[in-house]
Amino acid sequence: MVDFSLWDILRNLILSARWTLVLSLIAFVGGGVVGAAFLVLRIWRPAVFDRPVGAYVQLFQGTPLLMQIFLSYFGLRLFGVQVSVWVSVSLALTLYTSAFLTEIWRGCVAAIPKGQWEASTSLALSFGEQLRHVILPQALRIAIPPTVGFVVQVIKGTALASVVGFVELTRAGNMIANVTYAPFTVFACVALTYFIMCYPISLYARHLERKLHVRGG
Amino acid sequence: MSVAADASHRPPIVEIAGLRKSFGDNEVLKGIDLKIAPGEVVAIIGKSGSGKSTLLRCINGLETFQSGGLTVDGKALLHDSAAAMRALRQRVGMIFQSFNLFPHLTVGRNVMLAPTLVKKAGRGTAEAQARRLLDRVGLAEKFDAMPDQLSGGQQQRVAIARALAMEPAVLLCDEITSALDPELVGEVLRVVESLADEGMTLLMVTHEMAFARKVSDRVVFMHQGRVHEMGPPEALFGAPQTPELQQFLSSLHD
Repeated sequence: MVDFSLWDILRNLILSARWTLVLSLIAFVGGGVVGAAFLVLRIWRPAVFDRPVGAYVQLFQGTPLLMQIFLSYFGLRLFGVQVSVWVSVSLALTLYTSAFLTEIWRGCVAAIPKGQWEASTSLALSFGEQLRHVILPQALRIAIPPTVGFVVQVIKGTALASVVGFVELTRAGNMIANVTYAPFTVFACVALTYFIMCYPISLYARHLERKLHVRGG
Repeated sequence: MSVAADASHRPPIVEIAGLRKSFGDNEVLKGIDLKIAPGEVVAIIGKSGSGKSTLLRCINGLETFQSGGLTVDGKALLHDSAAAMRALRQRVGMIFQSFNLFPHLTVGRNVMLAPTLVKKAGRGTAEAQARRLLDRVGLAEKFDAMPDQLSGGQQQRVAIARALAMEPAVLLCDEITSALDPELVGEVLRVVESLADEGMTLLMVTHEMAFARKVSDRVVFMHQGRVHEMGPPEALFGAPQTPELQQFLSSLHD
C-alpha cells in the first residue's frame, strides 16, 4: 500500500479546485448574462414578461440544485441529446444562477425611486438611454454587495456537480478518500479549500456593504 | 398681462379637449377642456385629489388617458408611438416636487445629459449651454458639485436648468416648492418669475397663492376632476363665483 502524505492530498485537492473555480466562473458569467437579459425584459415590458420570468425564478429557486443537475444531465440524454458532463453541468448552474441573479438585480432596480424614471422620461430619454445612463448606474452600486455574496453560494453549489461524475474539488476529495482510507483528513482539507476560496469573497461583500451604508446613510 | 391678451389670438401651444382619465374605477379627470396660448402663464389650483397634478402629468405623457385629445404645438399626443412621445417631450419640460436630480451625476452632467443623448449636442456645446443655464439660475459655481451637496432650493434650481437645457416650448411645474423649507421657496420662485417675464409658457400646479396671483395670466381652479372656475387672477381671487372656490380660498386663511 502506498502512503499518502498530507501534502499529496492537499496538492491534488488544490489542482482539482481549479475546476471548481472554472465551473463557478461559467455559472457566474452565464447566469449573469441570462439574468441580465431577463431583467431588461422584465423592466422593459412588465405586462408581458413579469409573470413568465417570475415563474422561471420560482421554479429554479424552489427546487434543489441537485435535482436541476440530475435533470439537465439525464433529461438531455432522454431526448437523445448526447452532451458531455461539462455541458449539462454548466447548463444547470447557469440556469440556477440566472434565476437568483435576475431576482437580486430586479430588487436593486426596484429600489431606484420612481422619480428617476419620471425625470428621465420627461427629458425625452429613450428606454435604453434611461437604463444605461440613469437607472443602471445607480442600481449597480446597490447590486454589488448582494451579487458578490451570491458568488459564494455558486462556488459551494458547484460541489453538487460531483454527483454526475464531474471531477471538481468534492469529487476529487471523494476519490482521494477512497484510496487513502483517511476520509476525515481528506474532507477536512476539502472543506478548508472551499473556505479559502469563499471567505475572502464574503469578507469583500461585507466590506462593500459597509461602504455602501456609510455613503448611503 | 399684455402677453396673455396678445396670446389669445395666436394658435394655442397646448390644447386639451374632453380629456378623461381614470385610475381603475376612479375617474380623476372628467372631461377637461383647456387651451394654453404661447407665452401664457397658467396657475392650476385646487384641493389635493382634485386632479391637478394628474392633468399636468398627462401633458407630457407620464400618465395615459382614456379619452379626449391633447395636442402640443399642433401635434397630437400618441401614447403608443415612442418616436412621437420622444418628439413631444422635447417640447415639454417638467419640474417635480421632489427635484429628481440624478444623484450619481454632477450638477453639470445632470444638465448636459439629455441634450447630448437626445439632441446629439457635442460635449463642448452642451457644456457651454449648461454653464450658461446654471449661471442663469444663480448656480454657476456648482457645476462640479454633486446634487446631495446642495440645498433643496439649489437642487430645484438645477432641475429648472436641466429642463431648460432641452429648450422646451412649455414648462410644467408640479408643486415645485412644496418640498422646500420655507426660507428656500423664494429663490426658486424668483427663477420661475424670471422665466415668466421672459415669455416662457408656464403651466404650474401650486399652493403658493400669492405667487400665482402675482405671476400668472390665468388661474384655473380644479374641483373633483373638472375645471370648476377659470379666469384672470384678480377675478378668481378677488371675486370667486362658485361656493367651492370661495370655500377653497377661505380654507387657505385658516
